[in-house]
Amino acid sequence: MYTQSFSVPDNAGQKTAARTPSTEDPELMARFDARIDADGRIEPQDWMPEAYRRTLVRQISQHAHSEIVGMLPEGNWISRAPSLKRKAILIAKVQDEGGHGLYLYSAAETLGTSRDQMLEGLHSGRAKYSSIFNYPTLNWADVGVIGWLVDGAAIMNQIPLCRCSYGPYARAMVRVCKEESFHQRQGYEALLVMMKGTDAQKAMVQDAVDRWWWKCLAMFGPPDADSPNSAQGMRWGIKRISNDDLRQKFIDATVPQAQVLGVTLPDPDLKWNEERQHHDYGQIDWQEFWDTVEGNGPCNKERLSTRVKAHNDGQWVREAALAYARKQQERAKKEAA
Amino acid sequence: MSNAQPFEGARTEARQGGGSSSTTPALKEWPLWEVFVRSKQGLEHKHCGSLHAADASQALHMARDVYTRRQEGVSIWVVPSAAITASNPDDKGELFDPAADKIYRHPTFYEIPEEVGHM
Amino acid sequence: MSAIADYILHLADNAVVLGQRNAEWCGHGPILEEDLALANVSLDLIGQARLLYQRAATLLGGDATEDSLAYFRDAAEFRNYTLLELPHHGPLVGYAASDRDYATTIVRNFLYSALMVQLWEGLTKSSDSELAAIAAKSLKEASYHLHHARDWLVRLGDGTDESHARVQAAVDHLMPYTEEFWTPSPAESAAAAAGVGVDVRSLRAGWDALVNDAFAEATVTRPAFRGYVTEGKVGVHSEHLGFLLTEMQSLARAHPGATW
Repeated sequence: MYTQSFSVPDNAGQKTAARTPSTEDPELMARFDARIDADGRIEPQDWMPEAYRRTLVRQISQHAHSEIVGMLPEGNWISRAPSLKRKAILIAKVQDEGGHGLYLYSAAETLGTSRDQMLEGLHSGRAKYSSIFNYPTLNWADVGVIGWLVDGAAIMNQIPLCRCSYGPYARAMVRVCKEESFHQRQGYEALLVMMKGTDAQKAMVQDAVDRWWWKCLAMFGPPDADSPNSAQGMRWGIKRISNDDLRQKFIDATVPQAQVLGVTLPDPDLKWNEERQHHDYGQIDWQEFWDTVEGNGPCNKERLSTRVKAHNDGQWVREAALAYARKQQERAKKEAA
Repeated sequence: MSNAQPFEGARTEARQGGGSSSTTPALKEWPLWEVFVRSKQGLEHKHCGSLHAADASQALHMARDVYTRRQEGVSIWVVPSAAITASNPDDKGELFDPAADKIYRHPTFYEIPEEVGHM
Repeated sequence: MSAIADYILHLADNAVVLGQRNAEWCGHGPILEEDLALANVSLDLIGQARLLYQRAATLLGGDATEDSLAYFRDAAEFRNYTLLELPHHGPLVGYAASDRDYATTIVRNFLYSALMVQLWEGLTKSSDSELAAIAAKSLKEASYHLHHARDWLVRLGDGTDESHARVQAAVDHLMPYTEEFWTPSPAESAAAAAGVGVDVRSLRAGWDALVNDAFAEATVTRPAFRGYVTEGKVGVHSEHLGFLLTEMQSLARAHPGATW
């Protein structure tokens, strides 16, 4: 699952201006630009401008962090899943998110940044992750709604990335999308069952939809007019479709699904516009979005400290495995001697 | 053809040595491994990603848990990323272009009378 | 309740309780790769529990289902080994400092899977053909769990001074609970007599060999046993199971009769 259109700078909130002009070798730069323009792929050993490398590391690691932090809100419900079938489905799903994080860290590592370095960025609060995971999961239907809406929004973002210009990232995304494609379906099915159930179950679903809808719309990132990094991302082929276009696509796809489900999307301004052939929708609260991005959402501190604690608590385990491997190597050397 | 290059993962190791502006204690990361999986259909092993593990046997087990959760494979190879040597993209021309005009290496180059049928 | 159904519930409760415990690591593992590995162990155990509860429900008849058995029985009705319900923190880890100690997790998974590879093996010859089929499937899973846990046991035991101390402490903490394996409960005796179950006493020598061998490689000392033998499998549990079930069953019990 994932994410606001990763163009959130890691020092987000300050909405930084464009970088200083490139001092790269013009000949290499021209070759690189030509490859990008021809929709060719860039591979790890290829020359690439530092800004492209930096942007990719930031984008891919944000994406990976999002997957890892994203394990937590849904993971909250594993112990309380109301049936063994749902428990197994949820464990497998949260596990998949962990796998996606792993594929993405691997892709970013091909750019010369180690996973530990990326984790250090996350744990120190420098690196961002998708703000959607800074909201709490308050009832069981949240798990289904995250699958349906959050993963649904994520898929909209991710499918274009399977064609992104950086080979390892594109390949990781193919794998992620393959596994992710059914999470949305899985979440929606869980909600369908609840909507056929008791009044209390139906109320849970509506409550969850009410809480998550606007956050999901914000996941696509700020309006195109306020997205300073988007143009460069499009130019480099690491972002393929604009925030607003993806958001519109998501809304148009979701409205009929909500009708079938029998829930109300909490936006009085949401209606079909015959002329535009799209749905109109109300104002997103961007102040709230930026507050959360900047670390002041309802769960930012919990999520981050949970990840830091898991990492720190695991330190002795990782060290022990390394120490054992070294001892084994030395023993093998001695035996050979 | 000049300098063969260390593989994707290996460059990580190299760069890591350069140190970072990290504020945490010295990075003690498990080595990186490349994972190759042979799928059920009896095809060749195919590169599917990488992971961190303390040693080879652990890498093998972790590859099972990370990369074959959906019956993607019947056999796994793991290779230390640092052990892979990759061709240099700058050598692409001299390495691969010379094969382009050897059309006599392909079956369509040879015309066979139609009545012979499939050959 | 028939002794056979009670025996199968014992197997099912073991699987669900340990599956529940192992799943507590999901999102909190010591490294991402291991997070995924533990989730796989948990998924295997919950899968086993489902099959076993389904079999028990058939034998019990009436309204019993896999979920009524997992979610609507109280602690005193659960038949799992006490070992499996204990929290992940071991004696070296205080509540406030950390709630999950990986050494405890690994040692428990090792001690249990070293038993289960033999028990499932024996149950593949059960006169209850459905149980035999479940055993054949579970045997492969338990073999992997044993491999995983043993591998880590050795790494941690023969790793750093800290990991060695933690593993030794977990062994000292958990070993006494394994005594419960060896005294047959009435349900186990009845199932063994009927050819459905296995006489647990016959597994002890094999288990001892597996454990001693792994402990030696891990440079861990096996503590001598004396004192209280736990009785979770006849429904007399530690204080921990009540909390585990309260959490696990809360949502299902808040909405009795609901379909999820």
